[in-house]
Amino acid sequence: MSATFLGIPPFPEAARAAVNDSRLRHNLRKATHTIRDKRGAVVTELEDDWERLRSEGAAIKSHTLRHLDHYLEQLEASVERAGGHVHWAADAEEANEIVTRLVRATGETDVVKVKSMATQEIELNNALAEAGITAYETDLAELIVQLGDDLPSHILVPAIHLGRAQIRETFLAQMAEWGVPAPEGLTDDPRALAEAARVHLRERFLRTRTAISGANFAVADSGTLVVLESEGNGRMCLTLPETLISVVGIEKIVPTWADLEVFLQTLPRSSTGERMNPYTSTWTGVTPGDGPQEFHLVLLDNGRTDVLADTVGRQALRCIRCSACLNTCPVYERTGGHAYGSVYPGPIGAILTPQLRGMSSEVDEALPYASSLCGACYEVCPVAIDIPEVLVHLREEVAAGSGHLGEKAVMKGAEAVLGSSHALEAAQRAAGAARNLVPRHLPGMAGAWTDTRDLPDVPAESFRQWWNKHEKGQS
Amino acid sequence: MSTSRERVLARVRAALTDVPADEPVVRPVERPYADSHGMGAALEVLEDRLRDYKALVRRVPADRLAEEVAAALERRGASTVAVPDGIDADWFSRTEAVRRPDSRDRPLELRELDSVDGVVTACAVAIAETGTIVLDGGPDQGRRAITLVPDYHLCVVRADQVVDGVPQGVRRLDPARPLTWISGPSATSDIELNRVEGVHGPRTLEVLLVE
Repeated sequence: MSATFLGIPPFPEAARAAVNDSRLRHNLRKATHTIRDKRGAVVTELEDDWERLRSEGAAIKSHTLRHLDHYLEQLEASVERAGGHVHWAADAEEANEIVTRLVRATGETDVVKVKSMATQEIELNNALAEAGITAYETDLAELIVQLGDDLPSHILVPAIHLGRAQIRETFLAQMAEWGVPAPEGLTDDPRALAEAARVHLRERFLRTRTAISGANFAVADSGTLVVLESEGNGRMCLTLPETLISVVGIEKIVPTWADLEVFLQTLPRSSTGERMNPYTSTWTGVTPGDGPQEFHLVLLDNGRTDVLADTVGRQALRCIRCSACLNTCPVYERTGGHAYGSVYPGPIGAILTPQLRGMSSEVDEALPYASSLCGACYEVCPVAIDIPEVLVHLREEVAAGSGHLGEKAVMKGAEAVLGSSHALEAAQRAAGAARNLVPRHLPGMAGAWTDTRDLPDVPAESFRQWWNKHEKGQS
Repeated sequence: MSTSRERVLARVRAALTDVPADEPVVRPVERPYADSHGMGAALEVLEDRLRDYKALVRRVPADRLAEEVAAALERRGASTVAVPDGIDADWFSRTEAVRRPDSRDRPLELRELDSVDGVVTACAVAIAETGTIVLDGGPDQGRRAITLVPDYHLCVVRADQVVDGVPQGVRRLDPARPLTWISGPSATSDIELNRVEGVHGPRTLEVLLVE
């Protein structure tokens, strides 16, 4: 049974613990700055065309969403025409049941997996484990997370919170339990770690007959599925097994093959900061004599139609999961992904998760506030999702609902103090006089705000005091 | 199953009540973006990008291809190579290496693919700007498995197969075929976001650019 996000406290509390973890902050800072610089270089290289690709990508996705019923039916027909089978899952439970049934029908108890956010979202590995089926993650970062019984903390690089020394320890301690052990004398050189993963998974790839994947894109007119990857584990899973099951969110559709002209430029540059990722596989149904001869596509709703119904929030479904917004976000850089309490962390997670889950918990209600609204996420988004706009929209929803009464009480208190100059002066003088005694965190209902922020030092005198003194000196 | 299908489709339709019934389903295609970005002569750019990915690259005149294939296999120490059965036999006229032909009808066993020293194929299209070679399963490229399991891939790219930009490449390809886009040897950025070449796919990619 793998770890789950259930039980992680709301963002302010989880973030407080995260920002106190200096090793985590070091790992995140190093990784996010590396990728930001790489992305910047390959985006700048395309000059003005980047903005055109960005707006075209947004337009394609928006159009598709506005006619999603049409494109879903078209995709279904195209995939079936090419020899694939299409299944529909209204929620996570149904998707897990379908996949479990399909795996059981193969008679296999081991499956290999390509990294997939959709299957993380529905916690497929846990459902399979309950049915006696072991799912082996094959992406290096997913492998690290699985071996360490950890949680993913980033869309693209789920183990971004870990440094090389921690990864080495996990490999040495856990690989033997899952299969081929780590070599003796394993160093923390990334090359050595990648080699250990290659050896660990090699036999598994050659032996396993059923694979599970997601997809980056599903092309309605041709019925083609597309997976972008780097390591070749994706190719192994998509090519060598006899049966392939792909779990794909209904928002992954693009209308035509030609639309890939846009996304195969914007996605690699935005996500890994490369002109192109090492491997992209596309397949259309089944090709006799080449690759899996049984192909199943599971179309997943699981809250997406609720997001679709919100005309402001709908744009979140344009997301192509590049993770540029995570890498550029000052909040994510300091808290990491786990604090968001969801498989989709960072700015996109802060708008996608509460909408997918229907603002059903304290965790969800806190997420729209996990942002300083600086707008960096919108600037880097390759499909121009206005994340700050959706954040503010969701905050309005939270404020209108039962949640965040604390925030309302604070605003009322502030109104009382700021509304009277006498009360304000008294409060400021009291604070100035007692400034050495001021705690780092505000008590009571304002506490959550200062959980993740240091209170600024209280000056010895307030501006009003200084101004009054100065004015007197002048006159 | 059909009930879930109807449920999801009904929910989609219910979510889209703001979309006017007469809004066209087909989007007018304007393609306002560039076909390519004027990065330079295609072969120069392709070579530069492939080297950036740590692939091995040689520019070879067409009449010396057989010698260059032989030399590449010798440098690699590859004495047995998998080949798609539709590959040009002339390319192998100067090498001693043993060829193991593979086809959809007579596929090599996985264990055999795992034991050969490499694989030699042609390609369908190459994209200069992104350093990408695309295989489409044609007779001189073969099943996807043969370019995946061996640790060394020698790929022959003809100059007339090279386009400048991604849109031009997409337009030359047939989505009905299984496609593999290859941009350098396998790599990972999963450890501290630093790129390391060589994971599960071929750890060495060598490209002969035929002019």
